[in-house]
Amino acid sequence: MPKGMALIDRERCKGCGLCIAACPFGVLGFSDEYNSSGYNVAAMVHPEKCTGCITCAQVCPDVAIEVYLFRPAPVREAR
Amino acid sequence: MLADAKIPEGYVRVFRRPDSMSDAPYTYCPGCHHGVIGRLVAEAIDELGIRGRTVGIAPVGCAVFLYRFYRCDFVQAAHGRACAVATGLKRANPDLIVFSYQGDGDLAAIGTAETVHAANRGENITVIFVNNQIYGMTGGEMAPTTLPGQRTVTTPEGRDVRATGYPLKISEMLAQLDGPAYITRQAVYDVRHVQMARRAILQAFRNQLEGKGFSMVEVVAACPTNLKVSPVDGNKWVTEQALRYFPLGDLKVRDR
Repeated sequence: MPKGMALIDRERCKGCGLCIAACPFGVLGFSDEYNSSGYNVAAMVHPEKCTGCITCAQVCPDVAIEVYLFRPAPVREAR
Repeated sequence: MLADAKIPEGYVRVFRRPDSMSDAPYTYCPGCHHGVIGRLVAEAIDELGIRGRTVGIAPVGCAVFLYRFYRCDFVQAAHGRACAVATGLKRANPDLIVFSYQGDGDLAAIGTAETVHAANRGENITVIFVNNQIYGMTGGEMAPTTLPGQRTVTTPEGRDVRATGYPLKISEMLAQLDGPAYITRQAVYDVRHVQMARRAILQAFRNQLEGKGFSMVEVVAACPTNLKVSPVDGNKWVTEQALRYFPLGDLKVRDR
């Protein structure tokens, strides 16, 4: 499985939970933290399950999520 | 801010905010579908590379705030008159890409006449119509698109069709006319429909670039705040209630 990472902008997040409901792998959940507007922000509670499928970012009404995918540079074989 | 975030080595970004959107955070309520629809419009502007010559028409209602969140020009029209203002802009300066972004309290109520006649004339404009079946900004009053039996602050016992009629099906109305090139109804309650709505909005802008004429994308949306439900239940409201009266799909696609 590809290794992904959803980066949530804490100040943009309004804690609506749509990303949590939409994530097909149960990666996201509510964190214990609140942002400066008083919203309970979403966070990756199971980061190891993330595949970088961008579902969360597509449904986020506040465009608060950036998604990254692990694509390491190809390693050269030692001669 | 995300700009300060540390990204581990080997990770590449596969999704980010569209360039056409400003850094201003949305002022919509949590879970409001305006946010997703606004992003899809910005992505279409980015993808077609038309930001420099795009002018949006802001209506009256929650949708009006959109001008703060874009990096393109905007004109605010009087209530309901966005299609009339768009007509003037496009006719006076045909090189501009003109789109209006209107809610149902604007386009389907006070602006019905302007919309119908702009569609009938086949004006070469793009209309994004966000249908959330309620007046959001003013506190949740009944809209022409409110579902029968739906409780709002002005229909506390539910909409009585004998007194206030039935939900106005604007897309079906316009699809009967010869003028429009593209009339479609989409939704954004899950990722598959977000992708379909994205393609529809892109097509509506492409039609304008190709001079095909009036294109309208209706998006059935939820207003969780005024429905008095959670954002997740707002999505359920769309699938279980709203789509019964507003079925999704292309209502008119003209090839020429």
